[in-house]
Amino acid sequence: MLITQLKSKEVIAKLIKGKTFIINCHGCKEVYFPEHEADKLQKELSAEGNVIEKITRDYICSTDNLQVQLNKFMDKIQEADTILVFSCGVGVQTLAKSFEDKRVYSGCDTYPLPGFQGLTPQKFDCGQCGECYLNYTGGICPITACSKSLVNGQCGGSKNGKCEVDKNMECGWERIYRKLEKLKKLDILDYPVKIRNYQLPFEELPKDE
Amino acid sequence: MKLTKLFERGEFAITAEVGPPKGFHIDYLIDEINTYLKGRVSAVNVTDNQSSVMRLGSLATCKVLQDQGLISIFQLTCRDRNRIALQSDVLSAALLGIENLLLLTGDHTTLGDNPQAKPVFDLDSVSLLHMVKKLEQGEDLAGNPLEGDPPSFAKGAVVSPCSDSVDVQLIKMEQKVKAGAEYFQTQAVYEPEKFIKFMEKAKEFGVPVMLGIVIPKSAGMAKFMNENIAGISVPDSMIEELKKDKEKTKAGITGVEISARIIRECKDYCQGVHIMAMGWESKIPDILDLAGL
Repeated sequence: MLITQLKSKEVIAKLIKGKTFIINCHGCKEVYFPEHEADKLQKELSAEGNVIEKITRDYICSTDNLQVQLNKFMDKIQEADTILVFSCGVGVQTLAKSFEDKRVYSGCDTYPLPGFQGLTPQKFDCGQCGECYLNYTGGICPITACSKSLVNGQCGGSKNGKCEVDKNMECGWERIYRKLEKLKKLDILDYPVKIRNYQLPFEELPKDE
Repeated sequence: MKLTKLFERGEFAITAEVGPPKGFHIDYLIDEINTYLKGRVSAVNVTDNQSSVMRLGSLATCKVLQDQGLISIFQLTCRDRNRIALQSDVLSAALLGIENLLLLTGDHTTLGDNPQAKPVFDLDSVSLLHMVKKLEQGEDLAGNPLEGDPPSFAKGAVVSPCSDSVDVQLIKMEQKVKAGAEYFQTQAVYEPEKFIKFMEKAKEFGVPVMLGIVIPKSAGMAKFMNENIAGISVPDSMIEELKKDKEKTKAGITGVEISARIIRECKDYCQGVHIMAMGWESKIPDILDLAGL
């Protein structure tokens, strides 16, 4: 079970440059999704920015299901500069992998509640860290794709693009660098030192009103 | 004394690495260091559970070396300690008069002899540098003030100049410089031309770089490193050289010759050399003689 929470409007507004395609996922009933707040925020974004389409689908974490559901929107997706996804971290990663050439951004942070995540789990994994890094890393999760869950770049343990822990595993940070290189967004890595907050997500879980 | 003082004076710094044993008796290690390293190297690195193999601690060994009149470099990794333990150990180092740090992410736990251990990695090499800088500014990572005068260190970091993705290494190196790295020791170099090319870009950061040397002991070791150790690549011609005269290689002469040759070819492009002898500390004086240092 998990909870998704909207990132702030300021953060999201900075991400959406150019034509933006918005996808909401209302898949798992196990996910608490802030439906009304997201709708309000997306209406505001549409009024201000260049949102070319806004759709709501379910179980986008399933690659096959995602392809079928997006079929009739392919023209618009190709036209878009940015795909903004409101789903758990698994859905964002599925989109990022399916559209390698697009900037895929997450509109939410994902928090865990004891239980399981996703109904159609794929090879993508969300660490439910509560401070989603996918916007810095080309839609590839450093928490789950790196053996050491490093957040400040590659360690010295990558050889021929593989991880020191398992020669069959690609180095997560090698993948991140190559993806950002392809997107011409390597400058995104020039961020101040990142330090994980392990007090999250329990510190900031939505409280009962 | 801080290693950075040497660089400021324009001296070519020489350091050697020693690994504490799997036990707590280090008389033989002290003897080796006093016989072969004292007077020949500026400082001695002490590894922190190198290759994730559990051993005697780096901090305690550094203290013993300091008591012997040597300058030590305390290697500190993020594998086994969270940020509370890391900060505490850095303060302990200050108390013991240790002024040089080498700050690393660390190998993964699964590579060592206790592979079931929990990999910590609460921080990484970059945030660890940042953490020490904060302590030097008088506060801990969470912003709580330290009592009394803050500590002060020469903060070192590592980089792999011959990595197959050197562009990525340079990005990381820049992050480390921004986080406070004041000198670099490199992964083992066997290809001077790659190192020199790397230094063309690395010198722009304006931070001293010490060439890393691992003495090649045999063709088998070279092949093993090529297959298993990240950031190291021994050229075929060098493996042939090690194969050619087995007795000479076994006696360590070939390894000494190769190491000295690499130093000679690279020394004009860097600010020091760091020798990782891996038990062959006795060969270090010969290497330095042959390299003209």
